[in-house]
Amino acid sequence: MAAEPLDDYIDAVSKALALPVEEAWRPAVRANLEVSLRLARLVDEFPLPDETEPASIYSA
Amino acid sequence: MSVNTDGMSAQQIAQAITDRKLSALDATEAALARIAVHDGVLNSFTDITADRARATARAIDAKIAAGEKVGPLAGVPFAVKNLFDVKGLSTRAGSKINRDLAPSSRDATLIERMEAAGAVLVGALNMGEYAYDFTGENVHDGPSRNPQDPTRMTGGSSGGSGSAVGGALVPIALGSDTNGSIRVPSSFCGIFGLKPTYGRLSRARSFPFVASFDHLGPFARNVDDLALAYDAMQGPDADDAACATRPVEPVTPLLTQGIAGLRIAIAGGYFQKNVFPEAVEAVARIAKALDATQTIEIPEAARARAAAYVISTTEGASLHLDRLRKRPNDFDPAVRDRLIAGAMVPAPLVDRAQKFRRWYRAKVLELFKSVDVIIAPATPCVAPKIGQVNFVLDGVELPVRANIGIHTQPISFIGLPVVAVPVPLEPMPIGVQIIAAPWREDIALRVAHALEKMGAAAAPAPRGL
Repeated sequence: MAAEPLDDYIDAVSKALALPVEEAWRPAVRANLEVSLRLARLVDEFPLPDETEPASIYSA
Repeated sequence: MSVNTDGMSAQQIAQAITDRKLSALDATEAALARIAVHDGVLNSFTDITADRARATARAIDAKIAAGEKVGPLAGVPFAVKNLFDVKGLSTRAGSKINRDLAPSSRDATLIERMEAAGAVLVGALNMGEYAYDFTGENVHDGPSRNPQDPTRMTGGSSGGSGSAVGGALVPIALGSDTNGSIRVPSSFCGIFGLKPTYGRLSRARSFPFVASFDHLGPFARNVDDLALAYDAMQGPDADDAACATRPVEPVTPLLTQGIAGLRIAIAGGYFQKNVFPEAVEAVARIAKALDATQTIEIPEAARARAAAYVISTTEGASLHLDRLRKRPNDFDPAVRDRLIAGAMVPAPLVDRAQKFRRWYRAKVLELFKSVDVIIAPATPCVAPKIGQVNFVLDGVELPVRANIGIHTQPISFIGLPVVAVPVPLEPMPIGVQIIAAPWREDIALRVAHALEKMGAAAAPAPRGL
């Protein structure tokens, strides 16, 4: 069976963040990540001017 | 002798106590007795602070006996979602892990302010784990149950708050709302809930979830009580970095001003999609009562909901990163797996979501130049059954959990004040959001008050007890 496309990414980030992902959790983590990335894509594809400040600006 | 205060509002209890027709201790004992009788069904409380409540009540009675002035909530029992720090309790925030925290050394600011106004804390309330929840279910403490039908969800994550007020165990409860966690339980349990403007009420000494969107606020069975609690809790607080420096702006004296002159519109487009007939009916009833006919489009609401989702899952993951490393098996597995996925969302996408948030805020604030109030569903449906995973809408099977908050998320995303008003449909109530411009809680509460006086909004008596 071919590995799911996100599995390599999950393994890499898991290692980089020292964040354990047991095999039993993987399908649910992957499914949740797919939802997050699908929704993030919706935001990503919306054009914004370069000058747009994030909402979370800091006031000194 | 036990005194019966069933059905009394917070305002009535405080008045009776101030007039020496009722003692604060009797009002407290009555609340504790109601909890003892009914909470076996509702499962709304996780901690009952009976000794503390009796001591607080006795102190109020002593003040009254001495002729001293007491506050507008004198002797009113209230309870808080268990993410508020309560002195002497570990702030569990619906989790197993946090039970190992040291007991809090000081109450949350909002508890201090409620008690300064005379209210009596009687306990802490069940909630979804770490507030990452719309159902009111909890794998560690069991689900809070809907007072209209205990086989149904309360909604979450402030499920115990919805259940305790909906079940009339206490007249006022406090909760938190990041993406809908006050408005959803208000809708499902048939009560009033206020999510104030972001930054209006201090979050100091409450357990966070998503710093960008976390709000605290009150639940009540009528608008007068909701406003009384809100007024008691207002004011700046240096202990919460997001708390505004605005002075207290009391709304209680303004409630009876009515709605004449207010421009009220119905949210169209996104807010009229993915809704069950009961949500359509509820919005139509409220619109009719308010004589609102104009429909207004909130631009890019679906994208706003998407951006709120991305920021929530990533800020939540950041908050819990170390717990996910050290104690992953002590989380609710569903919460853990969502948070782990959140930790894996690339940073530029989160930054873009925060930039989109600023764009969207500007667009929505434009709308408030031509309207004062926008009405929208609070939930797409009445309370589903506990444990229900999917529902069918327009022939399409959809996951319940992911869709409960679709109409609340685009609003809290930019911190607008909202009163969720209950529409007493049969057999189950459902809420409608009364949305106002930032810092105009007074307008949302005035509209809610008018709807209550017209009978269009009302908290039904708990039928599931």
